[in-house]
Amino acid sequence: MRWRDLDWFLVGTALLIAVIGVLEIHSATLGTKFAGVWVKQVYFLIAGVGLMLVVSRIDYKLILESSPWLYVVSVAGLGGVLVLGKAIFHSRRWIPIAGSHLQVSEFVKLVIIVVVARFCGAARLSLSWWDIGKVGALVGLPAALVLLEPDLGTALTYLPVAAVGLVLGGMRWRQFGILALAGLLMLPLAWHGLHPYQRERLIGFMQPQADPLGSGYQVLQSKIAVGAGGMWGQGMAQGSQIRGEFLPVPHTDFIFAAFAEEYGFVGALALLGLYLLLLLRLIANAQLAPDRAAGIVVMGVMAVLAFHVLVNVGMVVGLMPVTGIPLPLLSSGGSSLLFTFAALGLVMNVRLARFVN
Amino acid sequence: MEILDRKDKLPGARVLLLQYLLLAGFAGLAVGLWQLQVLQTNKWSLLARHNRIRTEPIPAPRGRIFDRDGRLLVDNYPSFTAYLLRDGRGRWRADLPGIARGLYVPLAAMQAALHRYRDAPIYQPIPIKQDITPADVAFIAAHHDDYPELETIMASRRLYPKNGFAANLIGYVGEPSEAQVASGKVPPGAVVGKSGLEKYYNRLLTGRDGERRVLVDARGRVVGTLSDTPPVPGHDLHLTLDNTIQMAAEQALGNRPGAVVALNPRTGGVLAMVSRPTFDPNLFAAGVSAAQWHTWATDPGHPLMNKAIQAQLAPGSVFKLVVATAGLQQGMAENKIVNCQGVYRYGGHDFHCWIYTEKGQVHGPLDVQQAIQHSCDVYFYTLGMEEGISMIDKYAFALGLGHTTGIDLPEEAAGLIPTPAWKEAHYHAPWYKGETVSVAIGQGPIMVTPIQLARLAGGIASGGLFPRPHLEQNAPATQGFDFPLLPVTVSTITAGMRGVVNPGGTAASAHLEGVDFGGKTGTAQTISDRKLKQITGSRARYVDNVWFVGVSPVVNPRIAVCVLFQHGAESSYAAQIAAQVVTAYYKTKAAPAGAVSAAAPAVPSASGAGKGF
Repeated sequence: MRWRDLDWFLVGTALLIAVIGVLEIHSATLGTKFAGVWVKQVYFLIAGVGLMLVVSRIDYKLILESSPWLYVVSVAGLGGVLVLGKAIFHSRRWIPIAGSHLQVSEFVKLVIIVVVARFCGAARLSLSWWDIGKVGALVGLPAALVLLEPDLGTALTYLPVAAVGLVLGGMRWRQFGILALAGLLMLPLAWHGLHPYQRERLIGFMQPQADPLGSGYQVLQSKIAVGAGGMWGQGMAQGSQIRGEFLPVPHTDFIFAAFAEEYGFVGALALLGLYLLLLLRLIANAQLAPDRAAGIVVMGVMAVLAFHVLVNVGMVVGLMPVTGIPLPLLSSGGSSLLFTFAALGLVMNVRLARFVN
Repeated sequence: MEILDRKDKLPGARVLLLQYLLLAGFAGLAVGLWQLQVLQTNKWSLLARHNRIRTEPIPAPRGRIFDRDGRLLVDNYPSFTAYLLRDGRGRWRADLPGIARGLYVPLAAMQAALHRYRDAPIYQPIPIKQDITPADVAFIAAHHDDYPELETIMASRRLYPKNGFAANLIGYVGEPSEAQVASGKVPPGAVVGKSGLEKYYNRLLTGRDGERRVLVDARGRVVGTLSDTPPVPGHDLHLTLDNTIQMAAEQALGNRPGAVVALNPRTGGVLAMVSRPTFDPNLFAAGVSAAQWHTWATDPGHPLMNKAIQAQLAPGSVFKLVVATAGLQQGMAENKIVNCQGVYRYGGHDFHCWIYTEKGQVHGPLDVQQAIQHSCDVYFYTLGMEEGISMIDKYAFALGLGHTTGIDLPEEAAGLIPTPAWKEAHYHAPWYKGETVSVAIGQGPIMVTPIQLARLAGGIASGGLFPRPHLEQNAPATQGFDFPLLPVTVSTITAGMRGVVNPGGTAASAHLEGVDFGGKTGTAQTISDRKLKQITGSRARYVDNVWFVGVSPVVNPRIAVCVLFQHGAESSYAAQIAAQVVTAYYKTKAAPAGAVSAAAPAVPSASGAGKGF
């Protein structure tokens, strides 16, 4: 493998977004108690690029073959977090590693992508209900464990992996329709299973004005910040909503609001364009994959990242409820950044393999 | 029905479909952004400008102060403070002159306050006028639209006793100094103790302020509360002070300049403490005016000073107790008879006895007990010269003079006991033996405080107990000490002290019928005779200071009193003031039942103890 064989367009786009992220974290936290977080983000960025290079050099076939073992380890890890995980923010999703708290569920995402790709990529013409059930169970078990942490947002990010795997693995549209209908019928039951704070978030999403100081507060403040940005934005580090600390912790899940206030509609659209470039490039890579399983791996990565961007930005502009999932490459947070680059490493890996046979 | 064309490749049509889905999702986001940022940007910008979170402090009430029986001495009362909010996008600067006029605050004073808090975060309100009047409250309410940056916040303020009752020991509170604000430990608008107990126990008395984070609209109206942290009140202070005795001491001293201290010699607990002239600490509660401050600061009577612990003056004849104690402990005085002929001659100088100077009489032969009763100078000139300055100094230090008592009040003075080493260091001259003559009767460069003398009298009468004087009931007994005295020392001196307030004594007029009461008078010149002759105008300022230290019962006393009456001329006046305090003591619960009748001479508790040095 040579350096020029790497997908420099993909890496360049990802790095550009990540650098914008570091700048925005710095700008949004200037003068707050979070000032200085951006330095940590730079360290994670460097570690992430390293991780990407490492993952890109492991033969993806080996990864696919060992995926059942990885899966067992992952489920055991999630169980361990549930039992031993340090309770931060009332949820057991973190484990302390090297002075930092890493979210196990982020890395399990990678394993799920690989496991689903291996199962759905197996050469067959169509999927039986039995096959669909197997995929559901494969994804459902870790998702349920993550849900228990409780981390609804991350559990939801496992679903697009399953969906893409099933669609590309040969599920019939009729089967898809029945599944969708069943899902709709299950909704009331799901509502019942939600935590009270999650229900409040949903209500807050539906009617943010009803209780401006309660659950709708973040949504309302986020929309004010984005709207105040206008066409051209208020300028770097000039966002009054962010400056006034109306948005609590503006550098994590709501960082797009901070960015949109500072750079306006033009800047926000340009940033979305970068994400779209990245995702379309992933799709292009998927079509170059040497086999179906490899293609599904790449599409799985694409699906997860697309889900993150759509749900996160949707939440920021008030089109989606608050689920607490970060914006990949932009939001402050080591786990998300490491996952994204590791996933890009997988993609790189598949891309390089096309020369092998 | 769709067929997967190649088993080893991705189904192209489905990938394309997913791609369209992705594009549709992004198009949705773009539409959402377009709506917020382009179509509705005016609406959201308006909301953004109106958006304000304000942090309102909820000051914690200071701890209250109670006397020994739980009677309230210092309380709090609710009061309003005008605050300036500086997060209103810069407009407040232009409004300052108008606000200053409306609240009757000098503009310069307001700018000084703002300057003091220049490093405080922008969202922190700045207090610009304390304890505002109802008219000020009305002004702020009426001008809410003109000056939305003005806010009134309720705080509790100090309510002190009237007429300066116990003012010098309680002290007063005020705004923190600029250094305290800069240190970041003291929030804006905080109240800190500036003197007395308020200062010494400031950390105990100060509670933890709460705060309320509220969301306000464009007109400054509170729309809702984001968080509410209630304040934690400061700890109450329970004193050893007795309100009844304090009242008696205040009234007995009246308007005479000086001080009164009464304490329990067994525990060191202060029962009363008065300093005159005094001040009204209530004037400090709402920020004292510059003019008032200037008046107090330049008053030659030093009203802000607590003379009970800070006045450093020559003790006069009270010091004879020290010389007598030294002589008795060393076995030099017990059988010593001196024949007073009105004059003591040393080094070609004549040192007269007061009885010769004032009445042209002589005391004739006396022993040490009689010398105390009649305060014979010649006796103590003679004894003091035999002891020498070193021995006098040793006993003076041992009996608690020349160093602070460690009372739980700030800025206690140590006084001064002159030693040859001290003179060498300050005047670069050797100690002349002739100077010892003056020191023996408490004159010369010797300085003591009233609290030191009260403890000294109680300490000798109780056989050598010198506990740390204190005002707070649970103050630790650090710095106290025992100096056990021989039984003969205690019995001889107490007998002499009893004689002082009986016929023939120097304060016979202070006799209390049926009360075992004794003491020692003192008269101290404030200026040398030679200098006094040069004064042409009023001599009122140079009239002698008079002292009295008293104990009751005389042996193993339960109360020791020291009275300082500056320029009082007659030491018996001071003794009468002390007698009134002792009388009040026997009316309180602190006095044991039947103490008066049981007050008979007893053997000192420290019998057989210590042999001095």
